[in-house]
Amino acid sequence: MNEQYEKMWEELGLDITAHDGLLKVLGKFYGDIYLTQDNRLKGMEYLDFVLSEVHGLRIKELQDAKAAGKKIIGTFCVFVPEELIWAVNGVAIGLCAGAEIGKEAAEKILPRSTCALIKSFVGFKLSRLCPYIECCDLVVGETTCDGKKKAYEIFEEYAPMYILGLPQMKGPSDRALFRNEVLKFKAKMEEISAQEITAEKLREAIQLINSRRRALQRLNELRKAVPTPISGRDALLINQISFYDDPVRFTAKINELCDELEKRVAQGKGIVEDGIPRLMTSGCPMAVPNWKLPYVVESSGAVIVGEESCIGTRNTRDLVDETGNSVEHMIEAIVDRYMRIDCACFTPNPERLEHIVEMAKDLKVDGVIHYALQFCHPYTIEAYKVEKVLETENIPVLRIETDYSMEDVEQLKTRVEAFVEIVK
Amino acid sequence: MRVAGIDIGSRTIELVVLNERGIVLSKRADSGFDPTAGVKKLLEEVDYDRIMATGYGRHLFELSFVAPTVTEIKAYAMGAQAMFRGVRTILDIGGQDSKAIAVNGVGKVTKFEMNDRCAAGTGKFLEIMASSLGYSLDDFGREALKAEKELQISSMCTVFAESEVTSLLAKGENRREIAMGLHHSVVRRAAGMLRRVLVEGPVVFAGGVARNACMRHLLEEALEKEITVPEDPQMVGAYGAALLAAGQG
Repeated sequence: MNEQYEKMWEELGLDITAHDGLLKVLGKFYGDIYLTQDNRLKGMEYLDFVLSEVHGLRIKELQDAKAAGKKIIGTFCVFVPEELIWAVNGVAIGLCAGAEIGKEAAEKILPRSTCALIKSFVGFKLSRLCPYIECCDLVVGETTCDGKKKAYEIFEEYAPMYILGLPQMKGPSDRALFRNEVLKFKAKMEEISAQEITAEKLREAIQLINSRRRALQRLNELRKAVPTPISGRDALLINQISFYDDPVRFTAKINELCDELEKRVAQGKGIVEDGIPRLMTSGCPMAVPNWKLPYVVESSGAVIVGEESCIGTRNTRDLVDETGNSVEHMIEAIVDRYMRIDCACFTPNPERLEHIVEMAKDLKVDGVIHYALQFCHPYTIEAYKVEKVLETENIPVLRIETDYSMEDVEQLKTRVEAFVEIVK
Repeated sequence: MRVAGIDIGSRTIELVVLNERGIVLSKRADSGFDPTAGVKKLLEEVDYDRIMATGYGRHLFELSFVAPTVTEIKAYAMGAQAMFRGVRTILDIGGQDSKAIAVNGVGKVTKFEMNDRCAAGTGKFLEIMASSLGYSLDDFGREALKAEKELQISSMCTVFAESEVTSLLAKGENRREIAMGLHHSVVRRAAGMLRRVLVEGPVVFAGGVARNACMRHLLEEALEKEITVPEDPQMVGAYGAALLAAGQG
């Protein structure tokens, strides 16, 4: 199957030998973690297919889109208002950065004490293993954490970058700052595509992305059922794929999957037996192919029913108001929606704590696993507050700090199993 | 009925067999390079009706024997509570892990802290440091207690600490005092973990490192608490697992 894409990968400048190796490892890893699950949903076949074609068919589609004059815009963060990309007929791609790839190359540039996600996007680029980044006409970075900010300054030498400025607080002057940044980004999108963002195009883009968010909200709603109808691994995969798949097709497929889930829930059928502890994860995003913690959790006699994360509810909770009838109104609605994101890079960030407690109650979880990447200061430090607020609510919590390597899997297992013993 | 508990740790494997009256057998072997062989040897001619495995190698055990498993955290909590009624706080420092465990007084773990991936603050750290100072493991703590002053060792990483030790020796520092400094650094870390869970009443100190007198002494000083060490601190996990096996079925 790889042969048909080899020419494309060569043209994109990938390191073909290393890339073949990567695909083999990924395939094996996926097989072990995903295809061994019992009682899987029919609708997951689509996701299996999309993942198996992650560097194949989807890249081909992007190449075709480029040939048709569309711009491919890569992003690293849920703060990038992707509506403005779709409104100029562009394609937004959330770049993944979830594997320990090119670590040595990345560490030549970055300090060792940099989080795994940053090392990963730099490593992927330097070792020429990510076809997505090679497709991009522009990569949008953002000023979330210090690690990313400073890494983008260096990354600029390797990829065409644009930096979206973010405030650090949520007062009126911060909103004004962000509004200005959204307007600048809109101008940039208009410039790169040589298209004007009209009210009609922007409305369509808002509806497009809202529909995708609604499908994911629907999925999350169905996971409230006891017993839960879908594994945490599968739900995470769906969220991960939402960042790079075609939104129209993806939304339709996820809605079909939700129809299947609805039937399961109506029949009282679950993915696991009743009484298996329900856990939710909270914290840093888990990008493709980072399935380490969900796999450990779900092999330890528990099931994950929610992800309080950028690759999870932080990206899907809020919709953009659709009632605006002028570009100006819609821009205000976009600014409002994105300013509600409760990322740990904001101070203070009480909304996140409220959301965690609310989610834990809604999903009827037995415990919360706070997941943070080592060296990610916003989340590792905020973990303290999360732990305190959950303790007040009598919800057990386990703090995990890890990275993408496999060397701590045994210790993770012991921790997670002991936590499952506690909440049982 | 005879129930057994087996604790397959990174350094040693312990086996405890109980009947209605108490412990009828307790055995130990080194984990070595082939823990499964060690386990089989330990279980040769041992008679039991049910067994439960714990420790780092518990999942390995599951592959060769049909038996339920439990984490060391729950097994140590169970063992320590059976030995010392009313205990609320347990510290277990083994070959490659250290754990601080809080229990609710009726047998349930409520919270725990565990070291992360590296060997800092574990038995392995002490073992390597003892050897770099030319002490046997048994002498290490005893000799450290004879130190007249404490030297500050700042590295917790085994590799860095080793070079720190070398440079202190090169400066002409006394090795007993370096040994004391190394013990202090492990105790600071363990005390920190304990404070994150809960320190209430006497602390039960288990695992191989509890056999080290200097560790016990320094922990008592650091926590201003009575430190209770079981007669055989390495058997607590296997004993707890055996009790849990008894409770099954």
